[in-house]
Order: sequence, then C-alpha cells, then structure tokens
Amino acid sequence: MPTELLVFYVLAAGVVLSTAAMLLPPMGRNPIHSAIALIVSFFFLAGIYALLSAHLLAAVQIIVYAGAVMVLFTFVIMLLNLTPDQIREPRITATTLIGSGLGLFVFGKLLSALALASNGAKSVDLNDGTHATFGSVTEVGRMLYTTFLVPFELVSVLLLVAAVGAVVLAKRSLKYKDRPKKEAPAAHAVAATDHDTHAAH
Amino acid sequence: MTLEELLANAWVRGLVASVLVLTGILVVAAWATWVERRVAGRLQNRIGPNRVGWFGLLQPIADALKLLRKEVLVPDRADRGLFLLAPGLLLFFAMAAIAVVPWGPGLVAADLDIGLLWVLAMSGMMLVPTWIAGWSSNNKYSLVAGMRAAAQGISYEVPLLLSALVPVMLAGSFNLSDIAEAQARDGWYAIWPPGIGLAAFVIYFTTSLAEANRIPFDIPEAESELVAGVSTEYTGIAFGLFQMTEYIHTWLSSAVATLLFLGGWHGPFLGDSWWAGLIWMVLKTSVLFVSIMLLRWSLVRLRADQLMRFCWVWLVPISLGLVAATAIWIQVAQGGR
Repeated sequence: MPTELLVFYVLAAGVVLSTAAMLLPPMGRNPIHSAIALIVSFFFLAGIYALLSAHLLAAVQIIVYAGAVMVLFTFVIMLLNLTPDQIREPRITATTLIGSGLGLFVFGKLLSALALASNGAKSVDLNDGTHATFGSVTEVGRMLYTTFLVPFELVSVLLLVAAVGAVVLAKRSLKYKDRPKKEAPAAHAVAATDHDTHAAH
Repeated sequence: MTLEELLANAWVRGLVASVLVLTGILVVAAWATWVERRVAGRLQNRIGPNRVGWFGLLQPIADALKLLRKEVLVPDRADRGLFLLAPGLLLFFAMAAIAVVPWGPGLVAADLDIGLLWVLAMSGMMLVPTWIAGWSSNNKYSLVAGMRAAAQGISYEVPLLLSALVPVMLAGSFNLSDIAEAQARDGWYAIWPPGIGLAAFVIYFTTSLAEANRIPFDIPEAESELVAGVSTEYTGIAFGLFQMTEYIHTWLSSAVATLLFLGGWHGPFLGDSWWAGLIWMVLKTSVLFVSIMLLRWSLVRLRADQLMRFCWVWLVPISLGLVAATAIWIQVAQGGR
C-alpha cells in the first residue's frame, strides 16, 4: 500500500500544482504557457487513472485530451496571439459565477462522497481478484456494447452531427453548382473556382 | 543475494530493463545516421562517409562529440524555457513509446495491456514538443513548420489508429506481445486475412512515415521552403536531439509495424528462444527501416494540400472500410470469437 499511496500523492500534487500554474502568474499570464500547464495536468490525471487500474481511460486521456485537443487549443491561442498586456484583469461575469458555482457543486459532491466513504460505506478493493479486469479494454468494451449501448450510439451520432456542422460552417461560402465542368482546361478551371469562391466571400 | 533474487524485485528489473532499452535505442539511433548516409551515398552514386573507422563506422561518435562540444544558442526573442524544454521532451516521449515494444519473447521493458495504445499516445504526444519548438523559436519558418507538423500529425493519427485496429481485432488484444504471439497461430497479418491484411499494412506503413515526418511526408521540415523546419534555430546537441528523435521514431514505427503485421519475433529458423526472437525482430525491423530510407532517397515531397487530401479523402475511408471488413472476416471466415 505505501508505494501506491506515495505514487498517488506525487500524481495528485502534480495535478494541483500544474493546475495552479495554469491559472496563476507568471505562467497564467501567458496563454501558451497556460495551455502547456494544462497538458501537464492532463498527464498527471492520466497517471491517477492508471493507478485506479483504468488503463484504457488513461491512454485515451493522453491521446484525445493531452494530444489532439491540446494541439488544437494551442493553435487557436496562437492565432489569437494575445500579448500579456492585452489580457484583461480577471473580472466577475455571469460566466465566472456559473462556472465557479458548478465547480463548487462538484467539489461538494466529492466531499460528501468522501464523508460517506469514511463513515463505513461499502468500499471496493480493486485488488481482491473479482475486479481484476476492471478498467481493462475488454471490460470497458463490453460495458459500452451492452449496458451503455444506447447512450454510446447517441453520443456517436452527436459527434457526427457536430462534425457535419463544423464542415457546413467552414464551407458555407462554397457554391457547388458553380463548379466548372470536367472537360474545361485545368488552368482555366482553377482560375474559375478561385474567382467564384472570392465572389461568394 | 544472487542475481536471480535481485532481478526478481520489480524495481530492480524495471531499472535494468529501462537502462538496456535506452542504451540499445541510443546505439540504434546513432548508427542509423551512418546507415542513412551510406544508403543515400549509394543511391546517389557516391560513397558516403567512409573515413572515420572501418567503412566510416565511427562517424556517429565523431558527429556526437562535435555536437556536444558546440554551444547551444538561444535566439534573442525566443521563449527561453520552452525553447530548451522542447527537444528533451521530444526525446522523452519517443523513449516512453519504445519502452512497451517487445524485442523478443519476454524481452520487454514494460508489458502493458494497452501497449499499442500507449505507443500511439506517446507518438501523438510528440506533436506537442514539436509544436512548442516551432512556436518558441520565434521564427516564421519554425512556426509554419510547427503548425504543419501538428496539422499533419493529427490528421494521420486517424488512419494510423484505424489500420492498427485490424491486427488488434484479429488478435483480440492491444498488448504488442499478444499480437505477435497470435501471429504464430494465425500467420502474418500482412498476408492473412488475404487482401485486408496487406491493405492495412500498407496504410499503417504509409501513415507511420507521415507520423515520423519522413519523405514523402516531410513537409514540416521541407528544407527547400522552411530552412530546417522546427529545428531551424537549434544548435549543438539540442539540434542533435531532434535528429536522434527522428531516427528513434522511424525505428519505433518499423518495430511496431513488424509486431502488428510481420509476425513479430517469429521466424522460420533458429527456434523460439529469446535470442532467436531478438535476431528476427531486429532483422525484420531493419528491413522496414532501410526501406523507409530507400523511399526517402527515391521519392519527392508531397505538397501540404495534397498530403491532407490524401489522408482525409483516401486513407481515412479506406481504413474505416478495412476495420469493417475485418469484423466481417472474423464473423464469417473464423466463425466469430
């Protein structure tokens, strides 16, 4: 147990410190540094998942969040190209209020769960043999295709709709009926397409 | 305490395994530069480095010493911390990915159940330091290179993962050792199931070239337009780390392709001992590795838009189709699981 506990403390400290670094100066003043601190925080979080024997979740956390999503994040931040003096001092808005309210709600829930657990509620030992496959690829796959099949399929439809929506938004200005005919000369076809696209803008 | 007792300790075993893997891979990366320069020389009808040691074999040592002795310059307006962090982080992720690759029966530093996913996660994470290097250099060529690397990497990860799913579905495991073992039973996945396996292997190999930024997919460092890509501003050993990581990544891609499609460490001769496995593994990986080099010196570079169209219009739908075809194959030809 002590090794596991030690690893947990290291990972937990990593999550807390990197999240603090993300929000507070000096790193929090620079959007790119902030984003990198968030990646580090995702990494430590993945470590905690792995410690809970949810290995698949840990790998997915790294592939999807720390990898793909964060690269897109940094793209957007970089394209905005904010310098430190352009960043406003934090103000209290409706969004911050709602956000902190939700954060506090989740925190309260966690605290109450902790209180329940320490009051002798049923706890699960992940190493007792019956939960040996907990969090493994097989087990997660089985759950997704049996118990949670309908929500799983609904979420995939939702993602598909989001992807189609993104394409429609990005390509709104293209008029496909104006496409040049196949037999037109190549150079002329390219010029015509460019012209049409610009006209639509 | 005997050696066996000492090695029974998980910490000691882990430490020994990591040291062996790290040393081995650094040696491979160093001499890969020599192999590449010799291959390039042959293909261009010249000799290549042959002055330092026998056949120029000591050339990598001379190169490394030279790079180590050079000053690491940091550009004036660069983001100093991130600039210096990026090459080290890049090497870290490459090494982390190598750790789960088995080099023979039982010869693996970390035998993870999610081995393949770990490799893909780590090689996906390598985009982040690449991007950081491009951004923190404060140089427009580096920045464009970083953006290209990220866009290309994210796009090509999709067909990479999908085509790698074909052997995963056939073997029923993400563990690289299990996949290699399953091929002792089923035969090479590149050959059987007929057609599907070969197509998946070709797509996997193509996309892993793109992930490792090798020609014909090396637009992130296209030297005719971007000087040297993200490594433009780097000097000395910091530049050396970029080069080293590229070779480690290429070697990693070849090794994983071997494990997924070419039967891993199984071969027709030499039996099933660990050293025979190691020999077969290194041999097969080297064949793929050298063929990547041959491709590099015989093909031309794709344009950025051609590269993206090729990925999204051709590779992604085909690899999705392959996943479906594999599922049908398992159900129909193998009678389900």
